[in-house]
Amino acid sequence: MKEGIMYTGVPSDKELAACPGRPSRERMEKGRVAVIECVQEIPCNPCEAACRFHAIHVGEQITALPRLDEEACTGCGLCVAACPGLAITIVDMAYSDTEAAVDFPFEYIPLPKPGMKVEAVNRRGEVVCAGRIVSIKKPAAYANTAVVSVAVPKEAADEVRSIKRLEREAK
Amino acid sequence: MRGIETEIAIIGAGSAGLCAAAEAAKAGAKVLVIDENSRPGGQLYKQIHKFFGSSAHQAGVRGYEIGRRLLEHVQKTGAEVMLDSLAYGLFPKEGIGLIHEGRHCLVKAKKTIIAAGAKENYLAFPGSTLPGVMGAGAAQTMININRVLPGKKVLMLGSGNVGLIVSYQLLQAGAEVTALVEAAPKIGGYGVHAGKLRRAGVPILVGHTIRQILGENEVRGVEIVALDEKWQPIWGTEQTLECDTVCLAAGLNPMTELVWMAGCAFDYIPAFGGHVPLHDENMETTVAGIYVAGDVTGVEEASSAMEEGRLAGIAAAEALGYLRKEDAEKKKSAVRESLSVLRSGYFGERRRISKEKQLADMAEYRKKREVCG
Amino acid sequence: MSENARILHHPILGDVTKQKEITIYFDGKPVKAKEGEPIAAALMSAGYRAFRTTAKRHEPRGVFCAIGRCTDCMMIVDGRPNTRTCITPVRDGMRVETQHGLA
Repeated sequence: MKEGIMYTGVPSDKELAACPGRPSRERMEKGRVAVIECVQEIPCNPCEAACRFHAIHVGEQITALPRLDEEACTGCGLCVAACPGLAITIVDMAYSDTEAAVDFPFEYIPLPKPGMKVEAVNRRGEVVCAGRIVSIKKPAAYANTAVVSVAVPKEAADEVRSIKRLEREAK
Repeated sequence: MRGIETEIAIIGAGSAGLCAAAEAAKAGAKVLVIDENSRPGGQLYKQIHKFFGSSAHQAGVRGYEIGRRLLEHVQKTGAEVMLDSLAYGLFPKEGIGLIHEGRHCLVKAKKTIIAAGAKENYLAFPGSTLPGVMGAGAAQTMININRVLPGKKVLMLGSGNVGLIVSYQLLQAGAEVTALVEAAPKIGGYGVHAGKLRRAGVPILVGHTIRQILGENEVRGVEIVALDEKWQPIWGTEQTLECDTVCLAAGLNPMTELVWMAGCAFDYIPAFGGHVPLHDENMETTVAGIYVAGDVTGVEEASSAMEEGRLAGIAAAEALGYLRKEDAEKKKSAVRESLSVLRSGYFGERRRISKEKQLADMAEYRKKREVCG
Repeated sequence: MSENARILHHPILGDVTKQKEITIYFDGKPVKAKEGEPIAAALMSAGYRAFRTTAKRHEPRGVFCAIGRCTDCMMIVDGRPNTRTCITPVRDGMRVETQHGLA
């Protein structure tokens, strides 16, 4: 099977490596930073407008891929809920000695609760490791997109992009 | 028989029609919007995802919220919206024939904007008439407007943005999506929409199609088969997937009946869903005073429909003398700029080329007319 | 299809707001419906998906487009045949019957 977002819905390693929205390894080690995995030229720029620190640049031609200014990015997370493609996460490699935190957009119910043990999944929906919910943010400005933070082992931080959906309560 | 007179009649209170109404009424024209449904908004209210596009034009806002704001805006402008009114005909002398509350009624207007939208394509294969097989848009209406799940386990056919978005919304509504099947070798819509499905564990099977839908009186499963580069089934690759519902996301086609009745000249553009009316830069057709906007001019998406609606509304108001030429030009060029952005990039390319052809064919048509006198 | 297909809770649209409940009759069987919703939605919420049979081959059909275009969901409503149930709102006591052929 052919690789790449156009064939699988999952960006290939090559696409991710070439993506101007992803920060450097060094920057990631320093702590919270946006990881923008937008690899197709679609007319869209809400991420740029959402960033108060001018760390995301799309420009006049709004099909351009968003470019991250990793030094300007504070990892505040406003862009996570603003992206209609749900393609942005915040990765915090400095979360603890052994763990990283990944903040991702989540638009399902039920929402997890802080402290809950969950199954962390990768871009293909495969369970990568166990995770622990750190926080759930859902202010009105996010327009019903929750931003969930999950703590996972450091080595899984580049893989984990969501969690397995929780069972809906039986009716 | 009841007769109504107005300056600008707009058929269809969806994305394009409402935007046209707002612009024309704001300019001062007397506007009547006609819609067969009991609520306005067309298909905008069932769009619960955040829209793409430019943040200057409400990108990042969910579709229904855009619809709500738009309707509020239309109401402020004083345009009248007449619901439960089915426009069944467009006649050169008599005007628009309507059925309203079971009674016949005629609307006479100086300018008419047809914004009738589009309908979903059907695909024929064994079992495709079984109850439980429906358009992806139909499932979207059921879950997001009527709040009823059409099924518990859904198989989606077609990976354009409609197929991808509706699959995601089915998950959000609490259904299971067995798989998304796409006959083409690659995903048709935005990769980010596909990514949402993949993270949720939904397989996307490109190069596959439905061989038959199983079930006696309703859907019980689907047999799929892999396709080769020539779109032929590779026998031996058949597999059966369990599901109780099949959604077809195989594109849409413009609802052009009224435009044909009006005698407008047409183009045939497959990328736009088939036959589409010729129109100029002002959205006016080959019949003077009849404008078109939105999916009826060629299937695109909601944001483009809204912009085309604005264009038609401004142009119609200008033609009636409500806007000075230079003011109208300024407004129109801003809208055209926005349209060109929406038709840019990898995914917009085909629509941009198609629209250019449609406009060029219109110019050609007019030139020929001049020559023939 | 099993019953109770109503989506009471939704991550984006929120919880269903209380709507007046009424009763319609599908081939004589009572079906609970929400005031103002289309007939098709009420029937589907109760798990009914076959609305009519075709004229020649007597095959069952149900909702296809849900926006009043395709006529696959036509039924006899209060004695009136060829009623598009996907865009016709329910009314308390409404009698909805399976339509066989063109009626």
